[in-house]
Amino acid sequence: MNIDPKSYLDMDLLRFSTAGSVDDGKSTLIGRLLYDSKSIFEDQYETIKKTSERRGEEGVNLALLTDGLRAEREQGITIDVAYRYFATPKRKFIIADTPGHVQYTRNMVTGASTANLAIVLVDARKGFVEQSRRHLFIASLLSIPHIVICVNKMDLVDYKQEAFEKIKDDFEDFSSKLQTVDVEFVPVSALKGDNVVERSKNMDWYQGPTLMYLLENVHIASDHNRIDCRFPIQYVIRPQTDEYHDYRGYAGRIAGGVFKPGDEVMVLPSGFTSIIKSIDTFDGPVEEAYSPMSVTIRIEDDIDISRGDMLVRTNNVPEIGQDIDLMVCWLSRKKMIPRGKYMLKHTTNDMRCIIKNINYKLNINTLHRMEHETEIGMNDIARISVRTTKPLFNDKYRRNRITGSIILIEEGTNETVAAGMII
Amino acid sequence: MELNTMPNVSSPTPQNNNHSNMISYNLTHLRELEAEAIYIIREVAAQFENPVLMFSGGKDSITMLHLARKAFYPAKLPFPLLHVDTGHNFPETIAFRDALIKKIGAKLIVGYVQDSIDRGTATEETGLTASRIRLQTTTLLESLEKYKFDAALGGARRDEEKARAKERFFSHRDEFGQWDPKNQRPELWNLFNGKKNMGEHFRVFPLSNWTEMDIWQYILQEKVDIPSLYFAHERECVNRDGVILYKSEHLPEKEGEESKKLMVRFRTIGDMTSTGASISDADTLEKIITEVASTRTTERGGRADDKRSETSMEDRKKEGYF
Repeated sequence: MNIDPKSYLDMDLLRFSTAGSVDDGKSTLIGRLLYDSKSIFEDQYETIKKTSERRGEEGVNLALLTDGLRAEREQGITIDVAYRYFATPKRKFIIADTPGHVQYTRNMVTGASTANLAIVLVDARKGFVEQSRRHLFIASLLSIPHIVICVNKMDLVDYKQEAFEKIKDDFEDFSSKLQTVDVEFVPVSALKGDNVVERSKNMDWYQGPTLMYLLENVHIASDHNRIDCRFPIQYVIRPQTDEYHDYRGYAGRIAGGVFKPGDEVMVLPSGFTSIIKSIDTFDGPVEEAYSPMSVTIRIEDDIDISRGDMLVRTNNVPEIGQDIDLMVCWLSRKKMIPRGKYMLKHTTNDMRCIIKNINYKLNINTLHRMEHETEIGMNDIARISVRTTKPLFNDKYRRNRITGSIILIEEGTNETVAAGMII
Repeated sequence: MELNTMPNVSSPTPQNNNHSNMISYNLTHLRELEAEAIYIIREVAAQFENPVLMFSGGKDSITMLHLARKAFYPAKLPFPLLHVDTGHNFPETIAFRDALIKKIGAKLIVGYVQDSIDRGTATEETGLTASRIRLQTTTLLESLEKYKFDAALGGARRDEEKARAKERFFSHRDEFGQWDPKNQRPELWNLFNGKKNMGEHFRVFPLSNWTEMDIWQYILQEKVDIPSLYFAHERECVNRDGVILYKSEHLPEKEGEESKKLMVRFRTIGDMTSTGASISDADTLEKIITEVASTRTTERGGRADDKRSETSMEDRKKEGYF
């Protein structure tokens, strides 16, 4: 691979998640992406080649590239989220690779939480099955902006268009429940390499892009919220040196909107207003700051501000309240305790909360609401309401994935027990 | 139920991106990785009482230090650096380390593997493949305990080795410093749970999402100084089982083995006895990047410590290694 040392100036970053079960070819697909984009090193390739030969497999099993820990290699299954990396001259990619069984919902949710795009694998022979619906639902629940449905194993249905069209039709029936915006379909064979990186010679009837083309070209700049200005204060910078004697800067990562020097801002929770004096970085002040930039903001007035406070625009204030409605995915082996008390983390804020009500549990295969179900265990998705010990400055998750998300932590063990999306 | 994906929000005041005709607010991949790392380093300073930054003098920890300076600018680092010195470091690494610390006015703590050996808490390996890599774990844990550090920032990356691919940004360690791969806390969005009980600590890896190539490109973009060992130079070496090792007094001698002068550079800088060099004429960052792009072996392919078994990294990590 020839790479211009300066080419990095033009590259951006796409995070995508993949979900699939052991036998739908997910590992092979990732292996194919890595192999065909020349992101596999010789020593890695030699290792899997030897293993394939030892196991008496036909050809080199690209799925072995994504094998992780020994426990998994022994069991032949993926039990956690694994992160993989590859790059083309256009983009760097981060893959959150998660298993697709129902008992791994929590891993899918974790992998999906930071993704710009989700790849959902559908076996061309099996069609649009329960598991496909579950993966789509989770991608939609986590507000992943782009979804690519890869209809895999086209080689096993003789590359016939009918199998592909059937799956598209079945999806249309289901998609009304999801209201997803950007969904693409690609017929592929991960094993043979059709339409993954190289265009297939076996499917003349398909004129659309390859999977790699979609990954390289999907428009991600608008995935961030650029309207509602939100700056959760993370850390207060006070050098207390002779040179910067009176310097007081508020460090943090922009969670939404565009901030500029001269903007009038309001500090939450105090409600005081001031003007942005400057937006500082190590490389000098900047004229504007937007997510996901990490910056340090200074304001004109001397107001008492600390970690957990938030800077917003006076004319666009988030919801402020202590009664929060959430969709949660339960992550822990220990069941949710109705009326139980948990620690809650939201942006840079820590507080406690009590589970006030469990509205319903969701059957993630049928999307059926099970009201009066109060037993919420690992991998369950439920709608609940909580009351917090102090006000939360929040937006709906659909509007802002950063100011709209929380985690619950069990007191005592400090385990992260739930992921929540504000609705 | 109603489930929308994110509203497609358009930019209110579009800005011209210099590198393409697209009008959008968009960061390059290096700027996004930088912003993520700075966010995590600041979280560590905010969530922990007594953090420390692990510094080995290698390119990853130099990049970490650069990011940490950015995170708190114009203030100084709010935590010290900790170097676990095997005593088998390249002299260039130590000289570079000391000059850099002096320049930025940071506080450095050194934990010596030799001290652990003298105390009897670590036992020197013997034989041809003797190395102090495993002993570092003991010294590291002893240093963390001695200074009561509750979080150690490290420069490890997930692309380095498969046991690292599932590592968290905030990696919880029990009171023995051990890593339990089956009992890791899920990490969602950018909410990092650093809560712990007495005696436990965290390892935090802000460079988790970086690859070797990202590090090199970032070093070039930021004009970060790195030790001369990374650039091609002439050096007396021995070839042992396909690994080119620097001939030094710490390398156990093998009978009948001949050393010769080779034009080499190091892709990683670890212990002198186990870090393999590669034949190279890349003497500038641009040439290194071109070389890294065309190299067909992994970065750790030259590290004898990883060749011990297919799971040697996983086993070391469980014991408390980085």
